[in-house]
Amino acid sequence: MSGVAGQAADGRGVVVLGAGMHPWGKWGRNFVEYGLVAAQAAIDDAGIDWRDVQFVAGAATVRNGYPGYVAGSTFAQALGWTGAQISTSYAACASGSQAVNSARAMILAGLCEVALVVGSDTTPKGFLKPADGERWDDTDWLRFRLLGMTNPAYFGLYARRRMDLYGATEADFAQVKVKNAAHGLGNPYARYRKACTVEDVLASPMVADPLRLLQICATSDGAAALVLCSEAYARRVAGARPAVRLTGLATTTPTFPQTTIEMPEFATDSAAALAPPARGFKESIADEAYRQAGVGPEDLSVAEVYDLSSALELDWYEQIGLCEPGGAEALVRDGVTALGGRVPVNPSGGLACFGEAVPAQAIAQVCELTWQLRGEAGDRQVAGARVGMSINQGLFGHGSAVILTR
Amino acid sequence: MTDRAQRPAIEGWLVSDPARPRLLGTRCTACGTYYFPPQSSACRNPDCRSRSFEQVELSERGRVWSVTSAGYAPPPPYIAPDPYVPFTLVAVELERERMVVLGQAVSGTQPRDLRVGDEVELAIETLCTIDGEDHLIWKWRPVAAGAKTSDEVTSSTEAGA
Repeated sequence: MSGVAGQAADGRGVVVLGAGMHPWGKWGRNFVEYGLVAAQAAIDDAGIDWRDVQFVAGAATVRNGYPGYVAGSTFAQALGWTGAQISTSYAACASGSQAVNSARAMILAGLCEVALVVGSDTTPKGFLKPADGERWDDTDWLRFRLLGMTNPAYFGLYARRRMDLYGATEADFAQVKVKNAAHGLGNPYARYRKACTVEDVLASPMVADPLRLLQICATSDGAAALVLCSEAYARRVAGARPAVRLTGLATTTPTFPQTTIEMPEFATDSAAALAPPARGFKESIADEAYRQAGVGPEDLSVAEVYDLSSALELDWYEQIGLCEPGGAEALVRDGVTALGGRVPVNPSGGLACFGEAVPAQAIAQVCELTWQLRGEAGDRQVAGARVGMSINQGLFGHGSAVILTR
Repeated sequence: MTDRAQRPAIEGWLVSDPARPRLLGTRCTACGTYYFPPQSSACRNPDCRSRSFEQVELSERGRVWSVTSAGYAPPPPYIAPDPYVPFTLVAVELERERMVVLGQAVSGTQPRDLRVGDEVELAIETLCTIDGEDHLIWKWRPVAAGAKTSDEVTSSTEAGA
């Protein structure tokens, strides 16, 4: 389906008609409240009425009981049941983009013209941890029990490897945090809006050597929503605003043998019988989104990447093709990925300024790209942004990338 | 070790004899793919449809893929000592199996004692004590010749900064 998604001349592409968010924070309220705010903001931004929405795709949360497992239905009920079609997606950190993909597929299949996507979460304090109870056949439970292997510990392994292989320094990692903190200062949806220095970062407590507290993303409450529609529908309702098109969306699995240790595994696949694939897991997610959109890394104006840690942002530079392996430190040192640089990364402030609200996060990335491509991003605007990519990764082989173009 | 009763922290994953520590995996009898933790349901090589596996002892030595630490006590179900003492975690490349296996480093190992490529070997230590019984787990121990002292690593890091 190379190049067809969103670009078809027959009016069957997909347009991002509306985007809306509830500010990230630690509000301690029910996740449905935040989702409702984001959904209504997206509907208003689209200039349509809730009754116009034909399909609701919810991204599930597993930390808020049954209403979270059936998020599509929960949000549809909260907005007022209208007889719309619904779906719910759970895919760890890629839940939001799988929900977007459900809506895209319905529109591309001609089964609906306009869809609402909503993700929202209320999170507990501290490390993300498995649910209570003993589960000796659950890898995610066992890695805590037998190793004390938290998510930041995996991030620490990746960061330390960059130091030994590429000569990355703790100051390089800290510089990513400093950049993202500066980007998010004026973002009304960001939780942390405070400038910091390399010295501040390096003075914070060690969590997973070489990563310190200020380099690891928090867990947050927050919600994001999108209204997607067909090209034909957008022409009827959108007026003069530039159309932002969703031209690529990948939810690629790893390819066996996956030879990078990933959450929540105890070991990688063995490559004893079959050679590893030429492109790694995260590279292959980006590759597929580029292929669908018919663009490449050289076309990117802006990117939102999943900076679960400051050092992980550097891995993403290489995985989305901004530079060769080992080249990422130079990009952040030279300001290439800062606002005003050649390819600003995480102009929203990224997870460094938001913290992670799992089912909302991938949707929030697409909201930011939408505003960037419309030229509505205020003092964090990337001048002349035309092509944007978001990319993320979660437990159990989940990952996603989205490309928007205008 | 103590006089307390001892048992592996999980059955079937390790030989918990400190004199002869081993990790137990499985190997597909058709294509030769190794698995840890051991699994024998179906081979995950997409070109192989085997459901036949043999139990194998994995290599007891490997090289550091990377290393990190647990600066804060991991949440339950990890059973952390009180007061908490940070520990080091290692990802180790096994040459024959062509896979990377995680483990804690033996007590007292600092993350900056190890570098990517250093050689480590299996050891057995107590993970936690429950109802007076020591639960034993595999750990990775630096092989003396390959390990550097903290001072050496610190000074080379500073020189590179």
